[in-house]
Amino acid sequence: MSWINLTALWKIIVFGLIAGAGLPALFAGGLYALSLGPKTAHVRAAGVDGDIDSDVVVGGSVLGMVLAAIAFLIILAAIGWSVYEIYTLGHPAPAKK
Amino acid sequence: MSNDTVLVLVVITALAFDFTNGFHDTGNAMATSIATGALGPRTAVAISGVLNFVGAFLSLAVAATIASGLVATGKVTLTVVAAGLAGGIIWNLVTWLFGIPSSSSHALIGGVIGSTIAAAGGSAVLWHGLVSKVVLPAVLSPIIAAFVAACGTWLLYRITRSLTDGARKHGFRIGQIGSACVVSLAHGTNDAQKTMGVITLALIANGTVAKGSNAPVWVITCCALAIAMGTYIGGWRVIRTLGKGLVEIESPQGMAAESASAAVILLSSTFGYSLSTTHVATGSIIGTGLGKKGAEVRWNVAGRMATAWVFTLPSAAIVGATAYGIAYGIGGTIGVIIDLVILAALSGFIFWRSRATKVDHNNVNAEWTGGVSPDKVPAETAAA
Repeated sequence: MSWINLTALWKIIVFGLIAGAGLPALFAGGLYALSLGPKTAHVRAAGVDGDIDSDVVVGGSVLGMVLAAIAFLIILAAIGWSVYEIYTLGHPAPAKK
Repeated sequence: MSNDTVLVLVVITALAFDFTNGFHDTGNAMATSIATGALGPRTAVAISGVLNFVGAFLSLAVAATIASGLVATGKVTLTVVAAGLAGGIIWNLVTWLFGIPSSSSHALIGGVIGSTIAAAGGSAVLWHGLVSKVVLPAVLSPIIAAFVAACGTWLLYRITRSLTDGARKHGFRIGQIGSACVVSLAHGTNDAQKTMGVITLALIANGTVAKGSNAPVWVITCCALAIAMGTYIGGWRVIRTLGKGLVEIESPQGMAAESASAAVILLSSTFGYSLSTTHVATGSIIGTGLGKKGAEVRWNVAGRMATAWVFTLPSAAIVGATAYGIAYGIGGTIGVIIDLVILAALSGFIFWRSRATKVDHNNVNAEWTGGVSPDKVPAETAAA
């Protein structure tokens, strides 16, 4: 029996990065897509240092909104799937003992 | 039967521990959401409480670890379990008083190991299981969580760099709430199981259930309720340290931290590691400070926490061993009862001490001035 389970360790790091950093990044991508469109055009025109005080998130681009919806749905599906996986793993059939 | 009396006392003490586990750890899930204002303090603890309850029913993988992997279950008597729990509760309350987010899991494990050593000697402890399942994960998990959170933070700011600060803050608050909810669920799954494991250990010790059994349904339900109520009460002192003390957090960082915590906790749970959610959450929050240009991590606060973490296992073990000594010295059911009376008295004293520097939902977000208790400036209280 070894002190450290290397298989578990690399899995936790890799899947941790995918789920723990990848999913929020996808959310950020969704927010970016959502912000595209005419309503935020003046903000983009001013550039990053434009110092425009606006909290408008939805830019109004239809394509952007569709892409954002897809991103958010993928995230929800991923959370739902992982909760289901944990449930099935955490309730092993008693007959196997 | 006197044994059944002791069993009932042990179950009550275990549920009391579960309660302290809940309120000590509310901050792991909700501190960043409260700090950025994504959720009101009261709403945050209510949501977290409900999700902890649900989470407790989700998985039983870790409960098995505690019950069988750390001490030789044959050497464990009810008195040992009661004394171990006392050790865990005392350490949880002391660290809460100082607003230090230390690991409830380590407090519990330390307490049980201390009382086991006092009762049956060091050979009754499965040292290999302790190191490979508890100590090594405790060292590695905050580092992994910090790494994931730092990557996440960097990505979030990079991807949304064309958004205004206002839009970013607005958008990420929603993501932050979502990810904090997953952490609450994960906490219920991970931490409620530890108490289930201990109660199962006691039931095995008393011969009520067979060796190697899973936690009975009533145990799961009671544990879920206790941790949910504890969470709802909210350990405001710890929430304050995590949300305001370590890093000044913005909502994208909050989302990155909570996502990293959720991913690491849930993945480790599936491998049966009884990770400390506290270590992971703290690692994640530090990671968000590292991943954002210009953000400052208060390393002195982090250092104080790390020191407390190192001391958690041995300190809880000493309290656990002492409690066993008292119970054994007096003997029988009376010994256990006196132990628990002392425990209740000490808990009351700590609670009384905490009133002097009260932290609650009104002042939890006050400016960090170097200590847990906010300076009593009327303007700050009004702003919060």
